[in-house]
Amino acid sequence: MAEITLIEGVTMALARAMEEDASVIILGEDVGVNGGVFRATAGLQARFGDERVLDTPLAEVMIAGMSVGLAAQGMKPVAEAQFCGFTMPMVDQIMCHAGRMRNRTRGRLSCPMVLRFPSGGGIHAPEHHSESPEALFAHMPGIRVVIPSSPSRAYGLLLAAIRDPDPVVFMEPKRIYRWQREEVEDDGEELPLDVCFTLRDGSDLTLVTWGAMIKETLEAADALEKEGVSTEVIDVATVSPLDMETIIESVSRTGRCVIVQEAPRHCGLASEIAAGLADAGIWSLLAPVKRVCGYDTVMPLYRNELKYMPSVRRILDAASQVLEVS
Amino acid sequence: MARTVAAFKVDYFQFLDPDGKLIDEHKAPPLAKDFSRLTELYRRMVLTRVFDKKAVALQRTGKLGTYASCLGHEAAHVAIGSAMQPQDCFAPMYREYGVQFCRGVKMTDVLLYWGGDERGSDYAGAPHDFAWSVPIATQCLHAAGAALAYKLRGEKRVAVSVVGDGGSSKGDFLEAINAGSAWKLPLVLVIVNNQWAISVPRSKQNSAATLAQKGIAGGLPSIQVDGNDLIASLWAMEKAIAAAREGHGSFVIELMTYRISDHTTADDARRYRPNDEVEDAWRKEPIARLRSYLTDQGAWDEEREQALLEECARKVQKAADDYLDTVTNDPQPVTAMFDYMFAELPHDLVEQRACAERFPEDGGHH
Repeated sequence: MAEITLIEGVTMALARAMEEDASVIILGEDVGVNGGVFRATAGLQARFGDERVLDTPLAEVMIAGMSVGLAAQGMKPVAEAQFCGFTMPMVDQIMCHAGRMRNRTRGRLSCPMVLRFPSGGGIHAPEHHSESPEALFAHMPGIRVVIPSSPSRAYGLLLAAIRDPDPVVFMEPKRIYRWQREEVEDDGEELPLDVCFTLRDGSDLTLVTWGAMIKETLEAADALEKEGVSTEVIDVATVSPLDMETIIESVSRTGRCVIVQEAPRHCGLASEIAAGLADAGIWSLLAPVKRVCGYDTVMPLYRNELKYMPSVRRILDAASQVLEVS
Repeated sequence: MARTVAAFKVDYFQFLDPDGKLIDEHKAPPLAKDFSRLTELYRRMVLTRVFDKKAVALQRTGKLGTYASCLGHEAAHVAIGSAMQPQDCFAPMYREYGVQFCRGVKMTDVLLYWGGDERGSDYAGAPHDFAWSVPIATQCLHAAGAALAYKLRGEKRVAVSVVGDGGSSKGDFLEAINAGSAWKLPLVLVIVNNQWAISVPRSKQNSAATLAQKGIAGGLPSIQVDGNDLIASLWAMEKAIAAAREGHGSFVIELMTYRISDHTTADDARRYRPNDEVEDAWRKEPIARLRSYLTDQGAWDEEREQALLEECARKVQKAADDYLDTVTNDPQPVTAMFDYMFAELPHDLVEQRACAERFPEDGGHH
């Protein structure tokens, strides 16, 4: 069994899905010969041919709109947007068509497409390459939004997303594309969508996060454990629909919760989770729920980007505030 | 020193003049003498117009929501619809009923949709066609995607989409042209140029001499056709669709017509356009033109006209009755908004669906 990185998990899942289903095709800018700017599709065109791995003209609306058309007519397109910032022109097609196709035709047509793209900051990229727009897509009815945070979850969740009969936005945390290596068997086994993954059990505090912030959150959990704080860590993974049940169950045992989110705070997913706790978890809470988020500013250019994103120290600061309350 | 590296022209096709006379007997296609087909298409055009008038009347009497009329587009629409084969795919904007009736969409479907009932987009008669697309020009890319699917699977099917003169200004349309050109897709993009994008005239979209030339800029054979001339419109559509089916790539056809109606029933075109322009459009409209031609050729007469109008009125009344019966006696339950969101309802929607079921009468209905 090979030790692979998160992005290699993506590539392995793409190859597996193409192998098992002839209707799966990949389209995007530079995905063919070049194998994608992060190499997520490396080698796939050579292996599956240029009719299944298509380099598109430089037109994001085309990629999204044609994926809708392909999906409605029996194909399973896996479209790549090169960077998160370039998904904005696609929003019209995703929100107004992909998410509505099944409903408005009463199931006559459906839209089993995946839009995958690298998301988030921290790699010293230029402007518009570093945003975390998960809340934007999570607000769209009819769209699943999935964010893996490890090589095995990248493989298993992407396979599930491609096999899913409805549209999935699959956001890849590019900062941790090559952070960890993990043994992942290419066995075609998918992981479940719509559920959180509990990465570490604990009894004093629940840390909830997703995507690349898993790195800082696990580091914070390590530091807390050293201080004797038993810390549970939850990777939300599917951010829409949201598995509040797992989070509420955890908080029912710990009574304390900090949510860590790279995206701006206002109307973000952390707020939705906090609202869910206020609704169905409030009688378990021993302390206020804290959100540690990116600021409600434009993502700064790279010299300041790490100061924008939640740090281990900011997470620990929030944790100490909720642990202080007795 | 400069040299010409590319040169272009846009041809305009018209066989039947506004008075219904063949412009040149010898240059007209054989279709011009196929009276059994022409009378059949004429009947479809008339049915479309009678339906349209009824739909507007239903809206005016509070029995239908906002409705987008197709008055004046009948030749263009029937030409597109009857040039297509059943296995082809249509991606409409929102007023191409004449195309859709040819495809098997029912008049009750159209009324249900504009009557606020999703079942109107569940076309039993055209199961793989796309539903109406309200965000302008977005449907052009769905057709391009469909065309790519057919091409990849080696199916001899053509995708056809319609956009307006306003929609031709949108990126989606231009990106669909690029897609058709890049992959040589079996795709026909039709600009139904009716001169008005709500209140904005064609002249304000851009200063290009034609809209068809946008296709040429993207590398597609593109022509302009008198869209009120059924013979020219059908001839052009059939030629383009046949060529696309045989692997010759994509085409752009600009059908010149006129939106005689308001944009929708929520619009009042008298606010922004001169009446003499509309009167002039009535003189060029497609149905009288074809009737005049067929009558001159001895293929039509007043008796048949009256019988047709009565038949159309009967069919349309039946569709209206069926529509009203459905929304009155078989309304969509409150849960209908949930049941097709996903193949399998996620847990959060299960909970919200249960909530909606607890308050089934809240909000009432119109």
